[in-house]
Amino acid sequence: MGAACLLAMPFADAAVLPQDRADAMYHSYEGDGVSIDGPSILLRKQVGDKVSLSANYYVDSISGASIDVRASASEYKEERTETTVGIDYLHNKSLLNLSFTNSSENDFEARSLHLGISQDFFGDLTTLSLDYSRGWDEVGRTGDEDFAEEANRQKYGLGVTQILTKNLIMGLKAENISDSGYLNNPYRFVRFLDESSARGYRFTTEIYPEARTSNAFSVNAIYYLPHRASVYGEARLYSDTWGIDASNVKLGYIHTFGDDWVLDVYVRHYQQDKADFYQDLFARENQFNYMARDKELSTFSNISAGVAVSYEWQFSQTTTIKKSSLNLEFDYMRFDYDDFRNLLDDAPVGEEALFSFSATVLRLYGSIWY
Amino acid sequence: MKQSMPIAVVTLLASTFLSGCASTFKELTEIEPWVKPYERSHLADPIMSMNRNPVASAYTKHVFEAREGARGADGGAGGGCGCN
Repeated sequence: MGAACLLAMPFADAAVLPQDRADAMYHSYEGDGVSIDGPSILLRKQVGDKVSLSANYYVDSISGASIDVRASASEYKEERTETTVGIDYLHNKSLLNLSFTNSSENDFEARSLHLGISQDFFGDLTTLSLDYSRGWDEVGRTGDEDFAEEANRQKYGLGVTQILTKNLIMGLKAENISDSGYLNNPYRFVRFLDESSARGYRFTTEIYPEARTSNAFSVNAIYYLPHRASVYGEARLYSDTWGIDASNVKLGYIHTFGDDWVLDVYVRHYQQDKADFYQDLFARENQFNYMARDKELSTFSNISAGVAVSYEWQFSQTTTIKKSSLNLEFDYMRFDYDDFRNLLDDAPVGEEALFSFSATVLRLYGSIWY
Repeated sequence: MKQSMPIAVVTLLASTFLSGCASTFKELTEIEPWVKPYERSHLADPIMSMNRNPVASAYTKHVFEAREGARGADGGAGGGCGCN
């Protein structure tokens, strides 16, 4: 089952309508015994000089079995389809964005509405943006027709982008997200000691709190270097009411070769501390009111490195197609868990090897501007 | 209680956008910039955008969100130099 749907992204810069463009992407993720791939198509078209319409169609085709599934269930296949439609409206120095996203799986339906407004100040050197999103999830469980749960999601965002010099842009962003309802993953289990069992432990259903509120703050900067290159960085701090504290930092460098080739390389590091109710192994069934063994809630870190290459064709501004590009992006990721053990390891209960895995991500897409 | 503060902040800022203070608002939007419009050629270059490929950025954000506990405030804060 996929995570909650992508909350709609404001595909926009402030005070000018986004450029008309079309993108077609093939994406692929391979890691931890799971393969996910599919297309993503984005179309954007201006109507008059005040309105821009956009539509995005996205598919995840999932097959294989992650460590959670390999330890307690059988391999599976499923597909998630996500559709977003949006409208941007420009009024003087304000840009309003409204979009609706629907994400559909055989056992999970998610709908979300996004409203954003951005405004330029101080001679267009400062852009202030406000975002509000609301999401409604319907959670099912394959093979259990009586299982039907719901969750609601709400997000407030505040962002500032500041031009500091003719070569430096800096951004600050804060987001508060609140979830309520059924927030478990219905396919994940906790394990607890049971000497009567052959393995020495048994599984039982996870129990999550029915509310979660998080705050995230990020700062980013991008600096123009001589000979048409740039260096950029981003850092984020995160904390939530489940006890998860996290931080990540990303550094990247963009280099151009002639007018046509763009090379982008980056590294990113992420680390988090576990949720208060997470444990790899509980002493007994129903030991606490809330119990989870979801590795996304454990203490872990990951490091990723990526490279992206683009080739651009520039055409005349009077032709139908003004510019096009072909892009290939590749990422390598490594996840290391501090308190999530590999249950496939043949070792005494609670002494199994700590789990780790690596993954590769590929994005191949073409874009045209018209 | 934790939700009430962001609601208040958003409401305050939204009301600044939408109501009263029209003249102050106009002055703020038309202040003399210290980086002149003709000095923004570097800033207008696509290599200075944190989100120059929206389809790829949205996908990458999704890849991390599905595998990490943290969510929100990633991927840059929109905006730009208004010079497409």
